[in-house]
Amino acid sequence: MADNALQTAVKGIVEKYHGDRTELLAILLEVQEKWRRISPEVITFLSEEMDIPRVHIESTATFYHFLSRTHRGNYTVYLNTSATAEMAGAAEVAKALEKEVGVGFGKNSPDNRIGLRTTSCIGMCDQEPALLINGIVFTKVSPARVKDLVEGMKAGVPVRELLGEPGDSNNSLPQIQAEVQNHIRRKGPVFFTDYIPGAALKKAMEHGSLEVIEMVKKAGLRGRGGAGFPTGQKWGFCRAAEADARYVICNADEGEPGTFKDRVLLTELPELIFEGMTIAGYAVEAKEGILYLRAEYGYLREHLEQTLASMRSRQLLGRRILGTRFSFDIRIKQGAGAYICGEESALIESAEGKRGQPRNRPPFPVTAGYLHKPTIVNNPETFGCALKIVLEGADWFRSMGTAASAGVKLLSIAGDCKRPGVYEVEWGKTVRELLEMCGAESPLAVQVGGPSGTCISEKQFDRKICYEDLSTGGAFTVFGKNRDLLSLVHNHMRFFQEETCGFCVPCRAGNTLLVKALEKVMIGNGTARDLEDIRKLGVMVKVASRCGLGQTSPNPILTAMENFPELFQGVVRNDVDYLSQFDLNFALADSCLLVNRMPSSSTKGEE
Amino acid sequence: MEQGYIKVTIDGREVLAKEGQSIVQAARDNEIFMPTLCDFKSLAPAGTCRICTVKVGGKFMPGCTTHVSYGMVVENESPELMDLRKGLIEMLFVEGNHQCPMCEKSGNCELQSLAYRYKMLVPRFPFLFPHRKVEAQFPHLLIEHNRCIQCLRCVRGVKAKDGQDLFGFIKRGSDMRVTIDATVPDALTPEIAQKAMDICPVGALIHKRIGFQVPIGQRNFDHEPAAHLDGEKP
Repeated sequence: MADNALQTAVKGIVEKYHGDRTELLAILLEVQEKWRRISPEVITFLSEEMDIPRVHIESTATFYHFLSRTHRGNYTVYLNTSATAEMAGAAEVAKALEKEVGVGFGKNSPDNRIGLRTTSCIGMCDQEPALLINGIVFTKVSPARVKDLVEGMKAGVPVRELLGEPGDSNNSLPQIQAEVQNHIRRKGPVFFTDYIPGAALKKAMEHGSLEVIEMVKKAGLRGRGGAGFPTGQKWGFCRAAEADARYVICNADEGEPGTFKDRVLLTELPELIFEGMTIAGYAVEAKEGILYLRAEYGYLREHLEQTLASMRSRQLLGRRILGTRFSFDIRIKQGAGAYICGEESALIESAEGKRGQPRNRPPFPVTAGYLHKPTIVNNPETFGCALKIVLEGADWFRSMGTAASAGVKLLSIAGDCKRPGVYEVEWGKTVRELLEMCGAESPLAVQVGGPSGTCISEKQFDRKICYEDLSTGGAFTVFGKNRDLLSLVHNHMRFFQEETCGFCVPCRAGNTLLVKALEKVMIGNGTARDLEDIRKLGVMVKVASRCGLGQTSPNPILTAMENFPELFQGVVRNDVDYLSQFDLNFALADSCLLVNRMPSSSTKGEE
Repeated sequence: MEQGYIKVTIDGREVLAKEGQSIVQAARDNEIFMPTLCDFKSLAPAGTCRICTVKVGGKFMPGCTTHVSYGMVVENESPELMDLRKGLIEMLFVEGNHQCPMCEKSGNCELQSLAYRYKMLVPRFPFLFPHRKVEAQFPHLLIEHNRCIQCLRCVRGVKAKDGQDLFGFIKRGSDMRVTIDATVPDALTPEIAQKAMDICPVGALIHKRIGFQVPIGQRNFDHEPAAHLDGEKP
């Protein structure tokens, strides 16, 4: 590498992390932030400096959405393209950005000052259209505001100075300084109530670790990330595994489009989450905890670090917690843009500084997780619930909710409703009750549990939100009667096509083929047989895929076809089994437009 | 019953399997055909291709990464599984650019032979015709990405003389590609190039300048399509 100054600077970053292999992702993020790209020379240098095969570094550096081998612009704008963003007018914002910057998405301005990119859901569904500029969140961005933002960037104004009014509550703290709103619409007995730091931890220590696990089991707590695995059982397995070290990981990689409740928890109640993790650490006899924070929530990092420091100074964390012999500390590891890292084994790989690629199971993380030591991975909300169970008792928790779904759930409600935001509700509420609560006046459909969940119609609005009926990790997105549901289904399918890790065939190829098949139907070239083929392909992807992503990725289209059959029947040709001809004018329209030529009458297609 | 062996049932046939082995290994030991692409000899299974998907207790499971257990009942060659496997092969055919008549691996290609075995005529899915590159910068090896099925056999099985990883994979999703460390071109010797070509189930890794040594008609699967176990003639 010719550039000595660059080499010295990269060396400095490596030294900061003591050349630790598991910190590779953090190192790459710093390189990206500083030089706006990770060049092949830097990859080679890192390989030599850290003594890691070059292909391993390249493998990690090219996996994540926010890392790039080519320059991403001194200001990198990541516009969210999720369904709720689309509904709030992200397309107009995109157009305005292209016009003001003078380049299309995926490109930089000629001087590399501004780069335009799109990105998957950034957890701001209740305040779309939203975008990130160099990691800082901008919400409710209008095309008019785009003009000001671009002018500012062109003039070299620091990103923070482009921010509007700060958001409510902790969002306005100097260490956060975000224009994000919490929108806490409904408070309940578990999260948004009194919290006395350390009280639950003290109680846990009085009970003893085995008793804590028993309590969590007895309370019927199940994982709040969406999968619903019994938490106490997970903790029990981990503790029972023989090992010299165990780990507690908090999965704050909230990537399912439509969910944002963890963002609010991390903003308002980080200490509650960290104390919950500490209780878990006490229960499974772990000494180390990791908060895996999604890159999109990087703006909360300083706030979270300060919270950890404050907890350490009050003996709630670190060595000899509350004066006992129990020591436990938490550090933060940041993602770099990959939905798949919400899958626990992919998250562990990513936390080890590798590609976020799911592992084959068995072994499960409870026996061989982080660094192949027994590890529990739980959602922030799960840790919060566990803390309250220790404090208030298993029976108290069990008394809320339904038979198979004890306690409360934080819902992220967004879309076509008057009061989008976070709702703490008991499990078992019907969809209809929730629609009323959030002020959804004319709902056509509700996407429960995000794209990987279920798209339901009015006929099912009396179904209940709980594990035994409609399960959700928190997302509850309302689509109004004025919406083009097919386009939203397409948005969700595109999301999976974008976010598949590509490791296994059915998920990598199948999701692309599902998008193609849906597009064929959407432009009116489909027949009833195409719908049946889509269903069969969807089932294939579900049953043959390696991890939860592929096993649920066909859900947007499969559940929409099941619950809105008339919608699909309405756009396919029912007069023929197979469309053997095509409309030439229609097929050539795009290219004619490009070369500025009217389709000639002699090429008129025959239908 | 011998110690360390357990009884499992595959397609109604009761067989003995070694404790701790995978369903695919158990099938192989008992000369039951279970198709594989990414699984290779003693390499740790990856589970990328999913061709070996079987049904256990009504649930779909990959045969290569699922261990046998006592009394396990495995469904292998049911019409449903045959169609799933055929579908996965078809996905691979439309996802890349596979032109068998002009491929050096034709007749020795495991993907091609499985397509014959499952009687693929025209894939049920539309061809995606992706733009993929051919990398020819290495002195002894050609990477034909058009034919790569991302099974990662080379990544797992081919190392440099000093044991270093030469092969890796980059990017994600449909852009995922196999790559070779180009900063150490000398590490890729003719021997290693040959090993890479032999380990590749398709024609994505080709040893330069020694093509068509075995004529078409005399190749592994020219007469017996995919009755092979473990990529070899039975």
